[in-house]
Amino acid sequence: MSTETVTPEETDVGVDTERVALYAVLGGLVAFYLLPIETGLMTSLKADPFSSAPFLPPVEQFTTAKYARAFDALGHGFVNSFLLTIPATVLSALMGSMAAYGLTNVDWKGQVGILALFIAGIFIPYQAVLIPVSKFWGSIVPLETWFEPVWLLTPGIEQYHFNVLELIITHVAYGLPICTLLFRTFYLDLNDEMIEAARLDGASIARIYRRLILPLSGPMFAVVLIYQFTQIWNDVLFALVLVGSGDGAMVTVVLAQLGNNLSSVGIGLKMAGAFLTALPTLLVYIFFGEQFAEGIAT
Amino acid sequence: MRDLARDAKRLVGRLGSAEDEVRADGGEPVDTQGSGPIAALKRNLANQQFRESMPFWLPAFLLMALFVYGAIIWNFMLSLTDPVGLGSPDYSDLDFDMYVQAFTSDSFVNATVNTFVLLVAFTLVSLVLGLVVAILVDRNIRFENTFRTIYLLPMSLSFVVTAQFWLWMYNFDNGVVNLFLDVLPFVDKVRWFSNPELALPAVIFALIWQFSGYTMVVYLAGLRAIPTEHYEAARVDGASTFKMYWRVIVPQLKGSTISATVVLMVFALKAFDFLYALRGTYLPYKGTDILATLMMREAFSNGHFAYAAAIGIMLFVLALGVVAPYLTYQYRSGQL
Repeated sequence: MSTETVTPEETDVGVDTERVALYAVLGGLVAFYLLPIETGLMTSLKADPFSSAPFLPPVEQFTTAKYARAFDALGHGFVNSFLLTIPATVLSALMGSMAAYGLTNVDWKGQVGILALFIAGIFIPYQAVLIPVSKFWGSIVPLETWFEPVWLLTPGIEQYHFNVLELIITHVAYGLPICTLLFRTFYLDLNDEMIEAARLDGASIARIYRRLILPLSGPMFAVVLIYQFTQIWNDVLFALVLVGSGDGAMVTVVLAQLGNNLSSVGIGLKMAGAFLTALPTLLVYIFFGEQFAEGIAT
Repeated sequence: MRDLARDAKRLVGRLGSAEDEVRADGGEPVDTQGSGPIAALKRNLANQQFRESMPFWLPAFLLMALFVYGAIIWNFMLSLTDPVGLGSPDYSDLDFDMYVQAFTSDSFVNATVNTFVLLVAFTLVSLVLGLVVAILVDRNIRFENTFRTIYLLPMSLSFVVTAQFWLWMYNFDNGVVNLFLDVLPFVDKVRWFSNPELALPAVIFALIWQFSGYTMVVYLAGLRAIPTEHYEAARVDGASTFKMYWRVIVPQLKGSTISATVVLMVFALKAFDFLYALRGTYLPYKGTDILATLMMREAFSNGHFAYAAAIGIMLFVLALGVVAPYLTYQYRSGQL
């Protein structure tokens, strides 16, 4: 009920108190959803996290030292995470768009079956595929062994870069089902007559995609890129199994271990690390919240 | 998955007319007498549209099929082998021993129970809370976008990040939850994660915090799709606000409820990330072991690959048990 269904009664005094109560509850919910985050932020800026109530701002205890330490620990993981997330996000969006086009705007028999297989792929629990995937990259397609001369001889290219490459391909493979579905819902709404007209003009399937579909896909690319960026950046499961800790460790894997052996001293460090890790996705969320909501709600 | 139904409906309409269109689209004249997949493939290959479309969807399909379906089949085969330690498994001697071992193992039964408790409690509470918040947000409030953005914010964070926040929230000495309990009369501070009775509820509460914003978004979309007249009709009948929502509005949100449930359950099956990040080890806090964490520990900490594969397959069956009825429901109701 987005229109004025309740407004006639709003003049009543009784309704006014109802409105006050409504905003009070909404405000309480804001506190509920923000408190853990706010508490983390305040704690990350205190020298001693036990010096005052955790959600109060730091007064005499103010320090940014935790951030400096967290950045030292996470910096390399940050680079790795970007190295993984950017290509994997772009690739899965592009391939998803192409697949959705081939399965939606080009008619041929049996595409329903192919599409069903894509859609079912959205729901699989990754624990059911993780051992084969790790064995696949470990012994069947061991990229790091195959490309040994490359990383031995090329300056700037390290052994772990090939683990990251494996992780990129894995994320693209498991991101494709949702990317394809998102693009498909968008392509179904495209004007069929326009595509038909281009076809009658003799444009090839590939040309229609490049000249007509791709330029129109901008809004959906925004949604899919944001969705995939958040998913891949936030992942810990594949990062842990396929790359693990060490030089190639993703920022989430480093954060999960950060400060664990420091007991209470580590809490401020953990909070600072959590904020640094969350920063890219938080920025994306703040600037592209609409698209994020659209991506998850589809 | 809101659009899935609409999407699928069109697909079926398209399927019915596909054969006519194939020829109308200017493909070469083809033999349409044969039936079965081979004949269908032949017909398709003769269709220029199909041939030209292959470079678009085939690479993506092959990559996805290899990693999703190839891996599941491989995992199933692996689950039928016997434990071999570090050597390669013997695929010539297949049996269901690992499944038998699982069902007679206390840790497996315990993890299964915890998984179901997590699934049901997390999903139910997230649905109810999300619905209530959606109804509140839908009451013509000011700054609606700001409220919505804040409620959905936790969902954009990684499980690893939220695990760090909640670790601190549940801290015994200076955690917000215990400080709050301290203010209440007759309640003492609690050691949340070291008490096996309380650890799982604490985890579930944190997950609800993270994902109820998602349910809110789904329900809000559902509420917006209900025609305004339905609200007005209920008002004319003199129904109270609560009665109106309960009798008139909530029943119309069935579709939103079903798709939100499916997605929430899939999230819950992925709770490994959160449990792992709380301790940074494959062994979660006592009382919070679920099938996902058990599988990961058996595989990547203990090296019991065949056994872990069997647990993975059972997780897959569990997910299938949730998703298959959902897709069938849509199919039956003429939407797929």
